[in-house]
Amino acid sequence: MAKRSAPEVNAGSMADIAFLLLIFFLVTTDIATDSGLNRKLPPMIEDVTPPKIKERNIFQLNVNRNNQIFLKSGGEEKIIELKDLRATAVKFLDNGGGIGKDACDGCQGAKNPESSDNFEKAIISLSNDRLTKYETYIAVQNEIIAAYNTLRDREFIKRYPGMGMSFVEANERYLDPQTSPSEQEDLKDKLEAIKILIPQKFSEAETKSN
Amino acid sequence: MSKFKKKKDGGLPPISTASLPDIVFMLLFFFMVATVIKENNLLIENKLPSADQIEKLDKKNPVSYIYIGKPSANYVDKYGSEARIQLNDKYAGVEDIAPFIAAERAALREELLPKLTIALKVDSEANMGLVSDVKQELRKVNALKINYTTRKGDAVASAQN
Repeated sequence: MAKRSAPEVNAGSMADIAFLLLIFFLVTTDIATDSGLNRKLPPMIEDVTPPKIKERNIFQLNVNRNNQIFLKSGGEEKIIELKDLRATAVKFLDNGGGIGKDACDGCQGAKNPESSDNFEKAIISLSNDRLTKYETYIAVQNEIIAAYNTLRDREFIKRYPGMGMSFVEANERYLDPQTSPSEQEDLKDKLEAIKILIPQKFSEAETKSN
Repeated sequence: MSKFKKKKDGGLPPISTASLPDIVFMLLFFFMVATVIKENNLLIENKLPSADQIEKLDKKNPVSYIYIGKPSANYVDKYGSEARIQLNDKYAGVEDIAPFIAAERAALREELLPKLTIALKVDSEANMGLVSDVKQELRKVNALKINYTTRKGDAVASAQN
């Protein structure tokens, strides 16, 4: 019997089927947004006497119900614009007004005696109203973190110039699962050293209701 | 008696569509791989605020999500337009946070317990009052690692309008 060749399968509709699937996945996809601002809440401890902190070491921010930001620092109180917040916070943290054992290691600020002593002593405090908009609150948090990151970047580059990256980049690399464990160890030590040099001293008062 | 055959007259040759399925399949595979099946069906509006100092959530560590926002359009009649909390697939009150965290913890292996991160997915229009209440609750149950989930963008510009 003569050998018959198998008839060719018509693949013309393959594209249609694939399109159908494609459109289904396009519609159901939501690209995950799993990044954000990491923060730590203070633990609940009852009855602690608050430590005595010199007023010049506090950078006191208050966001009111109209989303205006009041800044109390170095004995003066004023309304501050969101866009100026980062630079002002950097100036405060970087002031380095301390003398003697409070002298700051690495500060490049104005050394104003009315402002913060050193990185270790400088505290940023944030309070807000119950009616403050979340978006404003996040923007303020973002600017504060940005201020710390600016200084940490600077110190990181100064201390480890051979790395060729900033603190933020190094941190990203450390968190990247593709980085080799030995490099992660190395990065971790360096990141920790900078975190100790410039700790994020950030305090949040409980929200006022009025 | 032409020696050369006359060229075929006019008309473009048809474009071959044989590689179309391959292209489409390529796209299809991309979307299949990139898709994350939604964990929760959102009952609230959830337009996240923007920030630019963001860090990626570490996928190795367990994450629990708390959603806050005003009820979405279908539910406004029933639940009003005041911002609410959503845990898993239903609306919840502030008092439900503690049992929720306890349940999330019970599902985890013990060595992962201290690494549990609470991701707060809060609508940018929400008020801080409710967010603060949630934070207070989280402090009470000692769930201190939190993450304000945001989109990447300019925080200052988006907060000003």
